[in-house]
Amino acid sequence: MSTPKLHAPSHRHRKGMLPALLAGGLAASYLLPYFGVLSPYVQLILISVGVNIILTSSLNLVNGYMGEFSVGHAGFMAVGAYGAAVLSVNVLPYGAAAPWLFPLAIVAGGLAAALLGCVVALLSFKTRGDYLAIVTLAFLMIVKSTLENLDVVGGARGFLGIEKLTTLPWVVAWSVATIWVIRNLVHSRYGRDIQAVRDDEIAANQTGVDTRRAKVLAFSVSSFFAGVAGGLLAHHLQFINPRMFDIAKSTDMLVMVYLGGIGSLGGSILGATIYTLLLEALRPLGAFRMMLMPLMLVLLMLFRPRGIMGMREFSWLLPACDRDAREAAASDVDKDGKA
Amino acid sequence: MLYVLQQTLNALQLGSIYALIALGYTLVYSILRMINFAHGDIFMVGGFVCFAAATYLQLPFAVTLLLAMGCTAILGAGLERLAYRPLRDAPRVSAVITALGCGIFLEHFVLWLSPYPQHVPALLQNQTWSLGGLSVSSIQTAIVAIAVALMLVLDFIVQRTMLGLAMRGISMDMKAVALMGVPVDLVISSTFAFGAALGGAAGVLYSLAYPVVDPYMGVLMGWKAFIAAVLGGIGHIRGAVLGGFLLGAVEILVTAFLPSTYRDLTVFTLLLMLLIVRPHGILGRPTLQKV
Repeated sequence: MSTPKLHAPSHRHRKGMLPALLAGGLAASYLLPYFGVLSPYVQLILISVGVNIILTSSLNLVNGYMGEFSVGHAGFMAVGAYGAAVLSVNVLPYGAAAPWLFPLAIVAGGLAAALLGCVVALLSFKTRGDYLAIVTLAFLMIVKSTLENLDVVGGARGFLGIEKLTTLPWVVAWSVATIWVIRNLVHSRYGRDIQAVRDDEIAANQTGVDTRRAKVLAFSVSSFFAGVAGGLLAHHLQFINPRMFDIAKSTDMLVMVYLGGIGSLGGSILGATIYTLLLEALRPLGAFRMMLMPLMLVLLMLFRPRGIMGMREFSWLLPACDRDAREAAASDVDKDGKA
Repeated sequence: MLYVLQQTLNALQLGSIYALIALGYTLVYSILRMINFAHGDIFMVGGFVCFAAATYLQLPFAVTLLLAMGCTAILGAGLERLAYRPLRDAPRVSAVITALGCGIFLEHFVLWLSPYPQHVPALLQNQTWSLGGLSVSSIQTAIVAIAVALMLVLDFIVQRTMLGLAMRGISMDMKAVALMGVPVDLVISSTFAFGAALGGAAGVLYSLAYPVVDPYMGVLMGWKAFIAAVLGGIGHIRGAVLGGFLLGAVEILVTAFLPSTYRDLTVFTLLLMLLIVRPHGILGRPTLQKV
């Protein structure tokens, strides 16, 4: 006769563990490179894993939790990358004197992307499904063509002279912040509105869900973090050009989202990590590498159409109240099973 | 005036290629409600078959065209059999992702075979006629004539044959048609084959006009043809033709009067504006959503 109350201490135990783990990870990401334990190559890979986690989980908010098919995520990323880069090179040429201004530039880039995300959300009021996919695609192409024609930021030649400000601790901090914000959003009232749009928009509207607000919220939060990822990437590569943010980039992100599974942040973390590490690990295969990746994706879709995690979640990624509810339900099932 | 007329001819040439590719998207969409994102890469394979046939086998043009159409038809039906059919009852988005994956696979498979862009030898002798100052080339005429002929053949198949009747039936109600004894799988396979063959033909016509093929040439062309299909109203065969010619006209007219770097910007802005005014394309009707 185990009652749910008996589990309570273990919850509290785990509740303190996650922040401790994150703090430890952040400290490690700062200290390990400082003492030269992580080689620059490993750091490089970890940075791209982190950037991809940010991109994947933010795209999952629109494509997974809201159930739309956005292919324009690379466009938001481009806006963030250019916004942050222009700010850090032309407007605030702070250099080494004030590196604390770096997050400011990143946030500004993210806000610029979020603003455009709102515009796309306004367009999504009238169009849905395949047509909304076209709207996001058109948006991506417009962003890319505009950047190619803007001589102020180098046009098609690209934007040079960005300082190297992205470090591993920054990337870890931003990835954790992204996961934390999106997790809390999707488990809040607003997040349930967003998921109601996916499950049945008409029914949601009838029951008083403000679907327009949900769309604006999902698109702006999602594009904010895409912009953040772009800003981090720009200050990591120190060079950006419009061609880096084309459909292929969006396709990469879609692959990571659906590999990990829609509607699951744990899936996004797994999908981004596995995809990035696998692409790196298969490098010795040369030309075969790029054939193997899509082949594995197709096989995955054939045998597991919902991706690795599809609509499920690790319990350590759930807020405490949802975790309790899940374990209570599980123990109820246990009791029923025994009875 | 002469300049505008000359550009209209160019627009017809580009538009007929877009229209042929757009037909492939629309055929598949109308029966399966699925966007075959690998279609742009089937177009690319058509271009490469044309390159191989013309360079290594030195076949005459008509045989090259038929060979490319045959190869891409087999490829399209094969993709359907291996990758899309097992997913017909899965969530729609897994089929879309599978299609994207197949497209990327085709690109990199061809990239592995031929890492460099290839030059396609002249398949037809180019002759230029002058009609009162207007210069018309034989290649231009051939492209438009072949494209229009293929469209007429497709229209005949869809409107006048039993196979076309089955296709139209499936696009209305797949389950009911299956109950009436129509071999649904066979009809779907042949729809994919027709669409892919048109894409392959577009690849050949494209390499007639712009004689360089590279493994990534299908990406942007594919997306643009998809846009043409959406412009006309996806799922409508005549809409795809209309959208293709419209997109070709807009692109050529923009490059004729503005710097060519503004082409994509203008085209996609126009597309966005059109979708705001008519969210279902020019010929498309809004579908009633039942609750």
